[in-house]
Amino acid sequence: MNITLRVWRQKGKDDEGRMVSYQVEDVSQDMSFLEMLDVLNEKLTVAGEDPIAFDHDCREGICGACGVVINGIAHGPEVTTTCQLHMRSFKDGDTIDVEPWRAKAFPVIKDLVVDRGSLDRIIQAGGYISAPTGTAPDAHAVPVPKTDADRAFDAATCIGCGACVAACPNASGMLFTAAKVTHLGMLPQGQPERAARVVKMVNQHDEEDFGGCTNIGECAAVCPKGIPLDTISQLNKDLLGSLASGKM
Amino acid sequence: MALKSAMAVTGVILVLFLIAHMYGNLMVFGGQEVFDNYAHHLRELGEPMLPHEGALWIIRVVLLASVLIHAYAAFTLWARARRARAATGVRRYQSTQNKKGVQRSYASFTMRWGGVIVILFVVYHLLHFTTNHIAPGGASDSPYQRVVNGFEIWWVVLSYLIAMLAVGLHLRHGIWSATQTLGQNKAGRQRGLNVIATAIAAVITVGFLVPPFSIFFGLVG
Ligand code: HEM
Ligand code: SF4
Ligand code: FES
Repeated sequence: MNITLRVWRQKGKDDEGRMVSYQVEDVSQDMSFLEMLDVLNEKLTVAGEDPIAFDHDCREGICGACGVVINGIAHGPEVTTTCQLHMRSFKDGDTIDVEPWRAKAFPVIKDLVVDRGSLDRIIQAGGYISAPTGTAPDAHAVPVPKTDADRAFDAATCIGCGACVAACPNASGMLFTAAKVTHLGMLPQGQPERAARVVKMVNQHDEEDFGGCTNIGECAAVCPKGIPLDTISQLNKDLLGSLASGKM
Repeated sequence: MALKSAMAVTGVILVLFLIAHMYGNLMVFGGQEVFDNYAHHLRELGEPMLPHEGALWIIRVVLLASVLIHAYAAFTLWARARRARAATGVRRYQSTQNKKGVQRSYASFTMRWGGVIVILFVVYHLLHFTTNHIAPGGASDSPYQRVVNGFEIWWVVLSYLIAMLAVGLHLRHGIWSATQTLGQNKAGRQRGLNVIATAIAAVITVGFLVPPFSIFFGLVG
């Protein structure tokens, strides 16, 4: 198939940036979206042009590096990561727009690459448990109800890709933050720091210039890991509880 | 974050007020005496514990404070979201495809401008029926008569229709959003909460629209 790509090109942080069109011919339906970009980049390199910079690492949907906005939707038309999106989701002759995540908290470094360090700093603010390390305890030493374990595991699948922020009309990072709060808050090991964690993480979230959540739900609709919207409610409940109890 | 909770709490206060207000409006079907008595009693509410119009003024102060806090939080969060989106030029994404997002509802993305329409309407409405600065259809000492006079005019009915649809949409998303902001949503409840939000919004919208339309079509008055 032949497609027209319109890609956001931006030389560096301070460059203005613009959409640039490219024709990509003989694209196979079985290529992943990133492989299609690789093909285009090879051509650009041979022609002596600057290849399109995009972030990627695992290419198997688990590292969260590869996010771009495709046709206005974070990670494109399928609910998966960009690396797991295949060209069979498009038609011959399509025009496909590719843009970087757009948020104040995610400054563009180059072309499609953004700095998602703000998400790391939210984790650093409280998304961990403080435990003395040593030999691993017996797996059954602390019983965890099955439903809690499941919910914690589901929340823990968040790969920090940032699609939720890119899709949110408020550029809020609440779904990401809520996934981390829920993941640790459902488990016994997460309890001692539970009240303090949510306050610190939400404060950091606001300090990083993410917007405020208005519960529109675009985040959960594009999340490649299916983090549910009600984790945000759980975060709010923890937050109000910890503010009310003063246990911060 | 505190802003969000403030919006949710003041929003809930306003919803409760709207329900009471709608109930009052429906008294118009009782005829002139019932309605005027009701309006009069509102002023005597709480007497002799409270002075004349005492309870009414307490309610007014609470409502005014709620609206001011609600609007302050809304505009602050609005500005924050604008900054956070970091749009280049007019649009955040240059692509013209899927501009309406994946699943967001009309109600959810009209919260801000819809809220502004509602507040402008509230000012107009107060000038009309509370302070009597404007009296389309003719002034009167009887609240009932003022209502009937007003709603015999098509553009008054139309303005109330538009405003109530805006209120309905605002509440449809707002009530659902408040449950989430106050931490009351769970996966199993989400559908139910949305149904309840839609139902309350619909009841309030219809409940407010029944009197003006009944008057307009001559069923009352
Ligand atoms: C200045 C005008 C207004 C603006 C900009 C505005 C904006 C908003 C926004 C953005 C929300 C959503 C909060 C969220 O998603 O969590 C909201 C909720 C709500 N609004 Fe307004 N609003 C305004 C005026 C009003 C007025 C006059 C009323 C009452 C008649 C009202 C009643 C509500 C209610 C009941 C909620 C639900 C509570 C909540 O979601 O937290 N609003 N408003
Ligand atoms: S919540 Fe989903 S969309 Fe957001 S960062 Fe985690 S995996 Fe990505
Ligand atoms: S490259 Fe790792 S998730 Fe896509």
